[in-house]
Amino acid sequence: MTDFAGSQYLIEIVYLIASALFILSLKWMSSPAMARHGILAGEIGMVLAIGGTLLRHGIVDYKWVIIALVLGSGIGIPLGMVQMTAVPQRTALSHAFGALCVTLVGTAEFYLRSPDVPKFMMSVLSMEVILGGLTFTGSLMAAGKLQEILPQRPITYKGQNLVNLLLFVVAVGSAVYLVVHPGAKIFFPIIVGVSLIFGVLLVIPIGGADMPTVISLLNSYAGLSAAAMGFVLDSKLLIIAGALDGSSGLILSIIMSKAMNRSFTNVLFGAFGQVQASAAAGQEAKPVRSATPEEAAAILLAANKVVIVPGYGMAVAQAQHKVRELYDALTKKGVEVRFAIHPVAGRMPGHMNVLLAEADIPYDRLIEMDEINGDFPQTDVALIIGANDVTNPAARTDQSSPIFGMPILDVDKAHTVMVIKRGMSPGFAGIDNPLYYLDRTLMLFGDAKQFVGAIVRELGGGH
Amino acid sequence: MNTNLIDALFVFMLAAFIGFEVIRHVSPLLHTPLMSLTNALDAIAVVGAIVLVGEKKSTFATVLGVIAIVAATSNVVGGFFITDRMLRMFKTSRPTKPQVTKP
Repeated sequence: MTDFAGSQYLIEIVYLIASALFILSLKWMSSPAMARHGILAGEIGMVLAIGGTLLRHGIVDYKWVIIALVLGSGIGIPLGMVQMTAVPQRTALSHAFGALCVTLVGTAEFYLRSPDVPKFMMSVLSMEVILGGLTFTGSLMAAGKLQEILPQRPITYKGQNLVNLLLFVVAVGSAVYLVVHPGAKIFFPIIVGVSLIFGVLLVIPIGGADMPTVISLLNSYAGLSAAAMGFVLDSKLLIIAGALDGSSGLILSIIMSKAMNRSFTNVLFGAFGQVQASAAAGQEAKPVRSATPEEAAAILLAANKVVIVPGYGMAVAQAQHKVRELYDALTKKGVEVRFAIHPVAGRMPGHMNVLLAEADIPYDRLIEMDEINGDFPQTDVALIIGANDVTNPAARTDQSSPIFGMPILDVDKAHTVMVIKRGMSPGFAGIDNPLYYLDRTLMLFGDAKQFVGAIVRELGGGH
Repeated sequence: MNTNLIDALFVFMLAAFIGFEVIRHVSPLLHTPLMSLTNALDAIAVVGAIVLVGEKKSTFATVLGVIAIVAATSNVVGGFFITDRMLRMFKTSRPTKPQVTKP
């Protein structure tokens, strides 16, 4: 990339256009109506960038490039066709792939350039493989947990933070040594290896409910490692794309950590899963009121305003299509139905929106937490489907609760609260929910999909 | 190298700020497609891998590069594909009214 002879200028111009298209692509994501233009802009930018690169005069071997491009496209198509409920694990897997690419290129660059690696080059190269390595294995772990190949519960052991800290120090220390002594090749595999282990250990203590934050953070790391790769290769296109992805992931991480009332440093240092440790103690059998589908249908029919609160349980039960039928049935009877979306409902940012959109629920019915919370006192029925901690009033009142201070949906202010739940076992985080024992709360015990289906049948039989 | 490095740092700084400003305005409604889109764009790292394989400097570099191209290309294709599928699903019940976007 050092000599700017002939067509190199043209290729740089192509990269410039591609960078502008990438920025436009993200800009158009701010409105659902324009968002698909954004994809087109991104695709054109990508095609231009890849095409321009293939024209570089340094490229002598096309055979393997083409084979790899075709093979990658072949893997990409099924990855683009996964079910909407599998989107979180697909996203984690693609973070892993992106990081793998960056790590491999960084490794190859090191061995091609060593021992003549300038200090700055070595610093960004180390950053590239450290971030890339930990994002690769960390994302694989996250994908494994989301796919339930690995246990979703946090895996913890004594001295965990110390071990993680030590590994991080070893990786950074080796990198610093290499910067000073670029000839000490043996330290490079140490950096890569330790980063790979670090990624695994960083994610295994994290529980499923914390996944939205983790995925966002890994997204950010993947972007930053790509930007570091841009510094190594002196490619401004790569720096821009990496910086955009890095800041996107960072913003999402901040939004997610705010929605869980964690400080951002708490998130950065991977202290996830602490909530789970202190929970699951002191539960007594308190009386609850339960209701049948017939009773639930009658209450919903008598209501003017209904707010449905979806959570991860709805995704697990694949109940979104039944929920749409419920939405249709109630809307037909003149009941106003809206959906309250907590930022961390589900397993990744925006998870619930995608599932409900898949079920053809208009997106103007999906209301964010801050907008809908003021409406709960005027709401006749709040119907909670597979959500737990995001509705737990203890977060507002009980200072001893592990989730105290977390912003929640104020469903307990609705006139009637109905909760579809498999049983009385506490949620994933193991925290008891006082909402279930309120006088105005009715528990609807059963599988979300079947129960909603039963309510819909009742409503259908009514006319 | 030194001027290049400083240039590159300026580019990074500006791009990060643009990223913050642009993405701050993305509605939470679209956070999942946003993530899959940034993922696809991030796979532009494939460009670096193509150069690595194309320049054919060593067998080691070629092998790593081929794997890297496969991984990144699957992100490009899969990422754009699924983002498009997701966005096609978002429909409004009030097509005549202005879109709900945050200022």
